[in-house]
Amino acid sequence: MTRPVLRVEGLSVAFDHPLGKVQAVDDVSFALMPGERFGLAGESGSGKSTLALSILRLIKPPGHIEAGSVWLDDARIAHLDDNGIRQLRLAGIALVPQGSMNSLNPVLRIGGQIADAFADHGLRLGYRQEQRRIAALLDAVGLPASVARMYPHELSGGMKQRACIAVAISLRPKVIIADEPTSALDVVVQRQVMATLARVQQELGAAVILVGHDMGLMAQFVDRLGIMYAGRLVEVAPIADIIARPRHPYTRALIAALPSLEQRGVLAGIPGLAPSLRELPSGCAFHPRCALATDRCRTKRPALRDIAGAQIACHLA
Amino acid sequence: MLPLIEAVNVGKRFAGGIGREGTLALAGLSLAIHPERPSVIAVVGESGSGKTTLARLLLGLVEPTEGMVRYRGEDLRRLGRDARRAFRRDVQAVFQDPYGVYNPFYRVDHVLAMPVRRFGLAASRSEARDLIGEALRAVGLRPEEILGRYPHQLSGGQRQRVMVARALLPKPKLIVADEPVSMVDASLRATILGSLRKLTDEHGISILYITHDLATAYQVSDAILVLYRAHLAEAGAIEPVVRRPQHPYTQLLVSAIPRAHVERDWLVQENEMPRNGVGLTPEGCVFADRCPHAVGLCVAGPPMLHHTETRRAIACVQYREHAVLSAGALGEVLSP
Repeated sequence: MTRPVLRVEGLSVAFDHPLGKVQAVDDVSFALMPGERFGLAGESGSGKSTLALSILRLIKPPGHIEAGSVWLDDARIAHLDDNGIRQLRLAGIALVPQGSMNSLNPVLRIGGQIADAFADHGLRLGYRQEQRRIAALLDAVGLPASVARMYPHELSGGMKQRACIAVAISLRPKVIIADEPTSALDVVVQRQVMATLARVQQELGAAVILVGHDMGLMAQFVDRLGIMYAGRLVEVAPIADIIARPRHPYTRALIAALPSLEQRGVLAGIPGLAPSLRELPSGCAFHPRCALATDRCRTKRPALRDIAGAQIACHLA
Repeated sequence: MLPLIEAVNVGKRFAGGIGREGTLALAGLSLAIHPERPSVIAVVGESGSGKTTLARLLLGLVEPTEGMVRYRGEDLRRLGRDARRAFRRDVQAVFQDPYGVYNPFYRVDHVLAMPVRRFGLAASRSEARDLIGEALRAVGLRPEEILGRYPHQLSGGQRQRVMVARALLPKPKLIVADEPVSMVDASLRATILGSLRKLTDEHGISILYITHDLATAYQVSDAILVLYRAHLAEAGAIEPVVRRPQHPYTQLLVSAIPRAHVERDWLVQENEMPRNGVGLTPEGCVFADRCPHAVGLCVAGPPMLHHTETRRAIACVQYREHAVLSAGALGEVLSP
């Protein structure tokens, strides 16, 4: 039996705030199989980006990991020293950050930024060999080799995003975390970039965590989806199950909020607002917005339970 | 009756630097908004398609380099003091960023009180309060939850609805909304777009909804203009354009939207996209290099706007059997 490449166990992340602690991620566990595409979806403030960043220990103070552990194969990420985590980033787990088109260094040519990744991880290559690897990486993401000599401002948004993917795969990571990689792009370019990501991921055999809020994108890209609400996973299931039979009322609302192209005038929002993470509602955090809420939902917090091949945190499931 | 706003073959080219060619942001486009037939018209296109330039031209925020924009028959550039004031009242704007438009040091009341004072909408303080309360309720907000607060105390969705309420205060005839929901959460989009739609249905205000999101455009609009690289690709009633797109670019745009379906054909379609090997020419169709149907004719000259159905026009040579639509007639194709 194959073993998971990445395991997240009981991870909790909190931000200290003068008015009280903000629990951004609360006791989240999941495992990722090699080559799997896993999605994390939820509204802004649901903790999905914080969760993704905390896997790489990229949370900055006042945020900190309170509890839990992350394992890449047999290495516990919390136990790595500063140098160890530096080596793990990119080589073990690579990040395609949110708005990553702005994460390129504006005064460095694209080729130089990829070469930096090699140098930073102690990879000493001759000039020729380095140029060949850079050209191969650019080719893998569908960019011409001439892009290596260009600056970020000479590229379009989609090309910059592909260049970021080229940097991310430069050291053949086992896991790629893509945090809303296409949120600033048009749909046509979005599809090109996602197809590129899918292709390089398959070639590497890497697992992908896709963070986002577009249920359409999730439906078309990931194998399995985790739905986050107020810092917790409330449903985890294979994507076809989630789309065909969403079990958690919040998952149903998220799918319903997607504007339809088949039927007009059915645009539905999710009633109410996402709760403040400083003062979560009692019981199930979703109960004030849930049409089905019962007294039990108002008082007792539902645990994430295994139900028919999926996990759901809802008393009514 | 004279249209409220009329774009007459309006275009904009931004000048380049020394030795550089300028950038064409919008090629000649004609369009008319009639106040007696309020509707929501969507302008859809990718970044760089010219949709924001069109909005800014209609708002009088940039000057056209070609053609003109008329307000009740008069060139916007030559409006007298009173006419300009009336224009500023009749045509309101809602912009993309619900964070950047507020001064963080003022309570949100300030942004609402400003148009009341500027246009002398109320005779007294209590009348002003009533007016503001009414505008907030019209967009689904409770005044007691909004007034007296600072911008940072409101959610993004609330802030954007306050902007819609502000635009509503002077009782305009047209609201130009440039990407009003692209910075708010998917779950709140429906509420904001719903309040915009209500303005048309209940207050008779026309809306020009500028967006890159075809799906929300489909949900709230009556008609649609699809722009591609500064040129009009397809225009018409919303239902046929989105359900049965005829222009190859509109077809690409519709197919590129990821659907929340169990069938996964989205990435497959991308990998099967034909590459045509046709280049762009300065005089030909701007979509020729990406078009799966491109032929020699496409690069020989600009495509004409063909009137394929009563309420639809396509700028593509594939439809050259159909009559050519005269530039000024686009308003008729779009109006309900």
